[in-house]
Amino acid sequence: MSYAIGKAIQRKEAWDKVTGKAKYTDDLPGLDVLSARLLTSTCAHGVIRRLDISKALGVRGVKAVLTGADCPELFGPLVLDRPALARDVVRYAGEPVALVVAQDEPTAELAVRLIEVEYEPLPAVLTPSQALAEGAALVHRQPNGYKKVVPDVYPKAGTNIASHYRVQKGDAQKALAECDFVVRQRFSLPPSYHIAMEVRTARAEISADGNVVITTSSQSPYGVRKQLSEAFLIPAGQIQVKVPFVGGGFGGKAPVFLEILALLASRSVGGKAVRLTIPREQDMASAPSRIGLEADIKLGANRDGKIQAAEITYWLDCGAYADISPYMAKAAAVDCTGPYHIEHLSCDSYCVYTNHTFATSYRSFAHESFTFCIERAVDLLAKQCGVDPLEFRIRNAIRPGSFTPTQVAVTESLVGNLTQCLQQVKELSQWDGGKGVFIKEDTVRAKGVACLWKTENPPTDAVSGALITFNPDGSVNLHTGVVEMGSGGQTNLAQILAEKLKMDPGQVHVVMPVDTRTAPEHWKTVASMTEYMAGHAVMRAADDLLAQLRRNGAEALQCPMEEIEVANGRVFSRKNPDRFIPFRDIVQGYRSPQRESLGEPVLGRGGFMLKGLSLLDPQTGKGKTGPSWTVGAQVVEVEVNVKTFTYRILSASTVMNVGKVINPELMRSMIAGGMSMGVSMASREAAVYDEQGIVRAPNLRTYKLLHIGQEPDYRVGFVETPEQDSPYGVRSYSEHGIIGIPAALANALSAAFGRELCLLPLTPERIWKAIREEPK
Amino acid sequence: MVRYEGKTVVNLEVNGELHQLAVRPSDLLLDVLREQLGLTGAKPGCKNGDCGACTILMDGWPVKSCLVLAVEAEGHRLLTVEGLGGNAPVQQAFVEANAFQCGYCTPGFLMVCYGLLMQHPTLPEEYVVEEWLQSNLCRCTSYREIRKAVKQMYQKK
Repeated sequence: MSYAIGKAIQRKEAWDKVTGKAKYTDDLPGLDVLSARLLTSTCAHGVIRRLDISKALGVRGVKAVLTGADCPELFGPLVLDRPALARDVVRYAGEPVALVVAQDEPTAELAVRLIEVEYEPLPAVLTPSQALAEGAALVHRQPNGYKKVVPDVYPKAGTNIASHYRVQKGDAQKALAECDFVVRQRFSLPPSYHIAMEVRTARAEISADGNVVITTSSQSPYGVRKQLSEAFLIPAGQIQVKVPFVGGGFGGKAPVFLEILALLASRSVGGKAVRLTIPREQDMASAPSRIGLEADIKLGANRDGKIQAAEITYWLDCGAYADISPYMAKAAAVDCTGPYHIEHLSCDSYCVYTNHTFATSYRSFAHESFTFCIERAVDLLAKQCGVDPLEFRIRNAIRPGSFTPTQVAVTESLVGNLTQCLQQVKELSQWDGGKGVFIKEDTVRAKGVACLWKTENPPTDAVSGALITFNPDGSVNLHTGVVEMGSGGQTNLAQILAEKLKMDPGQVHVVMPVDTRTAPEHWKTVASMTEYMAGHAVMRAADDLLAQLRRNGAEALQCPMEEIEVANGRVFSRKNPDRFIPFRDIVQGYRSPQRESLGEPVLGRGGFMLKGLSLLDPQTGKGKTGPSWTVGAQVVEVEVNVKTFTYRILSASTVMNVGKVINPELMRSMIAGGMSMGVSMASREAAVYDEQGIVRAPNLRTYKLLHIGQEPDYRVGFVETPEQDSPYGVRSYSEHGIIGIPAALANALSAAFGRELCLLPLTPERIWKAIREEPK
Repeated sequence: MVRYEGKTVVNLEVNGELHQLAVRPSDLLLDVLREQLGLTGAKPGCKNGDCGACTILMDGWPVKSCLVLAVEAEGHRLLTVEGLGGNAPVQQAFVEANAFQCGYCTPGFLMVCYGLLMQHPTLPEEYVVEEWLQSNLCRCTSYREIRKAVKQMYQKK
């Protein structure tokens, strides 16, 4: 029987979130806290000729004004290439140039407006193609001159290449020459924004004895501690990072960004508490966004509709600073083909500096972008072969016996069962062959399909941990370093723990806010890895707890430890279950009727470190970067007006191999939420830059997100092929709903309009232009 | 009248309580609720009237508290998420329908839904619900959960 796994329990923090009691970073008391505001660059690439802060300093209530001269340190998770405040040059419009600390926000804002800056513009590069063209302006004079934090980033001197990964197997060139059908397609996709509803924000305070307290809306409390400690040479133990509830992250709150500025601000005013808030406009233009992507894909198949070979190049537009983007280029290479069996492959994946806002991880770590390209190409090839695009995918689905692009041998446990996902989504979406059908004059309905897969790209030695303590009533408290930002990871962990302890999940309390001083280190709340990494730590902590309960039980019940069982909040002997001790009487040691003290207080602890992962071989790309894959299949159905180029999205279906359904409603809603983000991104979202590289109108009035009334009918199905090495077999799932949606939408619209649409976002205007400009 | 430097005194009725506060003429109602009264349920998401995370009720109608000056709010009945009572049908419905993930937009959506219930005591047609809820953005859910919560709210009242 199941105690907790498979049950649709409510989120642990549900009532806090409907009463306004859930506290987010900027909800904490604001008395005796100074305010900081940023001045940002109005030039995409230029030399700072003059920066005059004297008028700002003269404003009553202004405590400090900082510029690049005040902070020589460089930052970044992979290479140290980013200053906290621009020094001498600005590399994107929106880059922080100066920071004002004042007694309150209006004063800080006033002072920001009094800072005088003059830029001498340099030529800006705004796409990977421009950045890689001969004679292109260099965003960084010496991209290979920066200190590397990790070994596997490969910047190239004299170019805008921040890193490059190559994956190769077989002989793609030769195999393509022998194919019966070959398609080639180029893509150029714009960057876009995360738009977590809570704007990024951070606070800092330094005590008289040098202890630093950072409170921040972050997915990486331990990353904040590490980067600040290394950059400012503060012992890590002197830095305490606190993360209350986070109002959405989607990868955008994984980088260390405002925390650095908040610390600098506090340092400049003798350690006083400083609160750094940025307006939505700066959250879009200045804080890291989603990558842009250019791609060139060549795919070949035989007459029997089997894909033989692929030649792929991805150029990720990482903007002005590398941040985590080199690893997204790596991730794109690792999963470059999509979940298909392709024997001959050659893939180059480049991370390219441009004068856009720097990019960072975004829900699914570049998979939402490159999957668009590969899945469009697969559709084109299916059409060439004359095969139903869904059948074509079944025919080519990766399965045991195949090898992944980086030559990992495929097993069901490792990769799951894509064929079953495709078969199930066929039913769920009422797939009808993927052809457009006129339902009335000018109105066509059509469906499009796309597959998804994703493995993770964490550091090969990333860690997690869990601590379990008991309350006097026998309920437990679970402490982890997992951030609650909406993905429900903590509720899943509570269910994993309740199942393992065979107890009511209602008796598991979860400590939601993270404090790096009290919670065991958890790498980052990213990559949908909570259930795998923290899940393992929870399982081990539970084992530790159970061993202690058995030891106490053996002493209290005076029988061998092997006979002791734990279930339903009781400790008992298997031989005599009627004689049991409830948790409340045994978890703080046991007091016998004779007032004898027996056993010890029970505390569970578990740690977990990733094992068996490798860096990619620099020549062939051979290697295993993540514990396993999640696969899935998605279908989008549209109704278009072929005269006006407008359309409605009727339904979106996903069948995902989640391994094990821990909580059906949480999983369903997380996958539907991912689909929703994919629909929004693919149908309307793009960061728009003018010719000078200035972001146009970065606000939610012109950057429209999907709102209620525009959403399709979402359908979610599960496949439960377990991953043997994961708690209860669960796979990563929380990001993945987004991955194939843009491609499925484009495939559906292409079928409906009878034209190949290889662009994003798919707005009526852009569709009209693409069709008008397409050579007949 | 007491003169503060650049400030003026307003009397605000929030969640049934009367508060006397010194505010600048330019202070947003949202900021005054959060910073002076500690009612942080209303959230800043854009301070431009685009996202709805700061929605409260003014005399029973939803308003974006970032588009209202504190001085304009005098003489009106203000209701924030903290004033819903903690176990109102709309709150129960949101929990049961799993109508939130990160929870940041939730207070705003709760207030729009509660306002809808005030102005339309019986479940209106779907397009009316859509019209009302279009004012607010949610980046996490698929919106289907929120629609479901609206229906459940009407079943509970």
